[in-house]
Amino acid sequence: MENLIALLVAAPLLGAAVLLCGGRRLDAAGHWLGTLLAAASFVVAAVLFFGMLGRGAEDRALHQTLYTWVPVESFRADLAFQLDQLSMTFVLLITGVGTLIHVYSIGYMEHDERRRRFFGYLNLFLAAMLLLVLADNYLLLYFGWEGVGLASYLLIGFWQHKPSAATAAKKAFLVNRVGDIGLSIAIMLMFTTFGTFAFGPVLATADKASEGTLTAIGLMLLLAACGKSAQVPLQSWLGDAMEGPTPVSALIHAATMVTAGVYLITRSGAIFDAAPTAQTAVVTVGAVTLLFGAIVGCAKDDIKKALAGSTMSQIGYMVLAAGLGPIGYAFAIMHLVTHGFFKAGLFLGAGSVMHGMNDEVDMRKYGGLRAYMPVTFVTFGLGYLAIIGFPGLSGFWSKDKIIEAAFAKGGTEGWILGAVTLLGAGITAYYMTRVMIMTFFGEKRWQPAPDPHRAPDVEPAAADDGRHLAAGPVGSPAAEGPAGHPAGELPDPHESPRSMTVPMIVLAFGSVFAGGLFSINSAFVHWLEPVTRFEHGHPPVSAAVITTATLVVLLAGAGLAYAQYGRRPVPVTAPRGSLLTRAARRDLLQDDFNHVVLVRGGEHLTRSLVYVDHTLVDGVVNGTAASVGGLSGRLRKLQNGYARSYAVSMFGGTAVLIAATLLMRAV
Amino acid sequence: MSFPLLTATAVLPAAGAVLTAAVPAGRRTAAKWLALLVSLGTLVLAAVVTVRFEPGGARYQLTESHAWIADFGVRYELGVDGIGVALIALTALLIPFIVAAGWNDADEPAATATRRWRPTQGFFALILMVEAMVILSFEATDVFLFYLLFEAMLIPMYFLIGGFGDRAHAGSDEHAAAQRSYAAVKFLLYNLIGGLIMLAAVVGLYAVAGNFSLPGIVEARASGDLTMATSTERLLFLGFFFAFAVKAPLWPLHTWLPNAMGEATAPVAVLITAVVDKVGTFAMLRFCLQLFPEASRWATPVIVVLALVSIVYGALLAVGQRDIKRLVAYASISHFGFIVLGIFAMTSQGQSGATLYMVNHGISTAVLMLVAGFLISRRGSRLIADYGGVQKVAPVLAGTFLIGSLATLSLPGLAPFVSEFLVLVGTFARYPAAGIVATTGIVLAALYTLVLYQRTMTGPVKEDVRAVKDLRPRELLVVAPLIALLFFLGVFPKPLTEIVDPAVRHTMSDVKQQDPRPEVEAAK
Repeated sequence: MENLIALLVAAPLLGAAVLLCGGRRLDAAGHWLGTLLAAASFVVAAVLFFGMLGRGAEDRALHQTLYTWVPVESFRADLAFQLDQLSMTFVLLITGVGTLIHVYSIGYMEHDERRRRFFGYLNLFLAAMLLLVLADNYLLLYFGWEGVGLASYLLIGFWQHKPSAATAAKKAFLVNRVGDIGLSIAIMLMFTTFGTFAFGPVLATADKASEGTLTAIGLMLLLAACGKSAQVPLQSWLGDAMEGPTPVSALIHAATMVTAGVYLITRSGAIFDAAPTAQTAVVTVGAVTLLFGAIVGCAKDDIKKALAGSTMSQIGYMVLAAGLGPIGYAFAIMHLVTHGFFKAGLFLGAGSVMHGMNDEVDMRKYGGLRAYMPVTFVTFGLGYLAIIGFPGLSGFWSKDKIIEAAFAKGGTEGWILGAVTLLGAGITAYYMTRVMIMTFFGEKRWQPAPDPHRAPDVEPAAADDGRHLAAGPVGSPAAEGPAGHPAGELPDPHESPRSMTVPMIVLAFGSVFAGGLFSINSAFVHWLEPVTRFEHGHPPVSAAVITTATLVVLLAGAGLAYAQYGRRPVPVTAPRGSLLTRAARRDLLQDDFNHVVLVRGGEHLTRSLVYVDHTLVDGVVNGTAASVGGLSGRLRKLQNGYARSYAVSMFGGTAVLIAATLLMRAV
Repeated sequence: MSFPLLTATAVLPAAGAVLTAAVPAGRRTAAKWLALLVSLGTLVLAAVVTVRFEPGGARYQLTESHAWIADFGVRYELGVDGIGVALIALTALLIPFIVAAGWNDADEPAATATRRWRPTQGFFALILMVEAMVILSFEATDVFLFYLLFEAMLIPMYFLIGGFGDRAHAGSDEHAAAQRSYAAVKFLLYNLIGGLIMLAAVVGLYAVAGNFSLPGIVEARASGDLTMATSTERLLFLGFFFAFAVKAPLWPLHTWLPNAMGEATAPVAVLITAVVDKVGTFAMLRFCLQLFPEASRWATPVIVVLALVSIVYGALLAVGQRDIKRLVAYASISHFGFIVLGIFAMTSQGQSGATLYMVNHGISTAVLMLVAGFLISRRGSRLIADYGGVQKVAPVLAGTFLIGSLATLSLPGLAPFVSEFLVLVGTFARYPAAGIVATTGIVLAALYTLVLYQRTMTGPVKEDVRAVKDLRPRELLVVAPLIALLFFLGVFPKPLTEIVDPAVRHTMSDVKQQDPRPEVEAAK
């Protein structure tokens, strides 16, 4: 059975290699090959899953060692896999949602002449992501970690003729690399502390190390998680990453890759449990990002960027839960899975809307689409109900548990965290209701297609005010998609083809039922318990009170959105808005800060260094050289030519050497 | 007496150089093929050396020893350890690609060709001559022999830089010639001064030890037969180290490299940074640490700081460059900082990593620089700003350039990651603060490579770029094997580490250093 694990990674890896090296001959069949191999990986995962269910709870982990990757003295990294319940959960999510999104992309990317390459990159992503969750040591995890970063870079920048896409891709990679510093240092600390960085020995002996060391490791792991999972302060890349094709946003930037940080923290639970300071940092990051993402999500008019803000916020919930320790790990992962369903579904729905609306992404130019795209409307609507935590749907079960666990943290901290998660639930209801109303309800506000000949980086007049000042790639919200549309024509919204709607329907089922199924007899918690351990949290107020409070803030948020967007017409041009709205549109000024401090500052630094290198360093060294070289200057007059003068110096030098040795012998 | 294999690996390219130079003026294609065949033959010999070398065997293998200048104790002594084998393999591997990549670089336009002037023959003869000297310098275990080679290889390099410049030049022909000549002279003067200082140290070493044999001196020092005053050892160490730090090059002695790599043709730039400069870092490991272990430990703090400055400074300057080739040169300065850091961290991970780094950096820089050279020869400009959207018109060229860039930023899965991480972890184990500073280099490397890729390859296609053709079969044949090797050594570096590790163990015991112990002994 364990020999199958490598197949999980090998199938999509083979697909990536064949599709990327295969050349144009594969253009006709490439997308089928890519989808088939993704599905093959899912089938293997299912086989392994049922095999795992057949064994006792403590006996489910499988190991497969291929060979020693880096063998240098005591430094030893194996290419080895570990498949336990936590990895299995991720493997099913990655291959399952991954296969659905491959299917969706067949239709979505139909008109793209580089579709084969797109599927090659998607396969590459699957292989890297599976490596990340299957690795049995931190260095191999790092391999997968950077691999998904590469796939994300390639896919965000897939339409790299657009400068905004190329810039967004680079930004995502760079910000992630800042996080990677954390992962690198954490691995080095593990090596110097434990002499190894394999999960087994490190996590088993974590409590023997000093708390200071563990805190340092924990904080470094948190830095890594912040980069990959777009948590404050490394969140700035996720909004720009929406430049990528929408299936990519659904798979990588919503359902799977961005949750890798939560995996990392949960996997390293034994380290965090023994380092309370690091845990406090984790819950703080989670709580701040939860609110940050939600506020940004409220202000965006670009449907994908609103959803991106929401993703940040939901991952904030997961990170917060993971920071709570054994009372939260299982719920963090449960929310991760349900979020994988409903957020992937929401993104695919957004892609379907854009597909029917000339690739328009500005929700102010949508409106009244429910009649034109019924399947999209219903599946998106179910995802919407799931994410806001409507009773009985998936998000209700998973989010409610996190709110309870936050209160159960105890003390003032518990009250603060509980309040934040409650507030977040209210804001979630607000921005998602806003998205729902602006897109599917109200009057039609459709606009003619943008001029395809317009330079892609020029902002349309109707774009958010002030965005042209924002740093980094802001991109044009109106130019997604490779296919140009005739300028000046009103969009003709239509339902998307079957290959796109079927994955949306499947994900909608998950959005509705997954949470409920997981909660029957706490099945999900018991499934993960052998890996993540589980303790019952005891909130200071009863669970019923918390659930009621959650429902109240939910209704308040949704009601406010209805009052603002449902009962009044939505202006096609965004109003100026309050100071907070304007700041939120610009990602709460994070990009402006980065631009002024890092980009501008960095440019000044490098420019002055280039000057210093050219004049000072070169000058001083040359000056020294010139004074020494005066000798050869005189020789040059005799010999004419540097090479000859050099030869003379060398022979002269040799003569000196011989003379010196002779002298030495004489003495 | 057995077949002198090591001598043969150097004699073959040297003889090939002479033959190539002798090819008549009208037959330059023959000269090219001759050079390629000779370099491939050398590669076969290097492969034999690699196979014959036993990792678990004696420290120096395949040894040869002959009296040479008996009066001064100079012997013709050769021998290889694992580090030498790895670098001989690298050199012999890269030269055929350098020859193939530079196939047409030295062809004069028909109008200026004369019967007597044979630039093509000269170009390839010089490359082979450099190969012979570099390989022999990796084999020499006699300090004097090494010194002679270390210096002599400057002469063919000087002519390669000064005589065969990059045709893509912004200024007039006279301006280009002046720039080229400046770069060549600067290269020569820097290395000459380093060499002269080393010469003084070589003389001094002889005065103390009475012979030039590296194994002999090391053994005598270890057994206590030969003692050195602390100040003497330190002075001699500095003399050697200075020459190697110029060649490597280490900040602040680096400024000759961007000039030389910028003005030389791309294959010659690869020859400089991927092959010739490795003699500097190799010699630090072989001569500085072995001959002067105490002084090496004494100088370590300063050298570690200089290496860190090189890493960060080289990377920041790479970010600020407007010329593609100068950018790669500054990136190399940053990478040489990593190599020196690994050597002087004095841990087995650091030194194994540094040796792997020398090999991997050679391959990755070759890919990046050669593809850059192909691109530059198409458009006729080295300026980054003159490019844009190349991936649209030449996707294969852009793809190989991206892989070269990703190797340069040490992406896991490609060979440089393994070596860079080993250097970092080896440094961190000894000097945590230095390890953390060096780790920031991974962000800067991503910055300068991806910015370069973005500006040249992505975005709308620039008018002058429209005519850029994709890679020709000859060019693809040059980069594809190197890329395959980057992948192979990235996921399976064991063949290399197996050869290198025993040599590192010897060096570690020479400098009397042991790896730091872990804080907690984890359950295995």
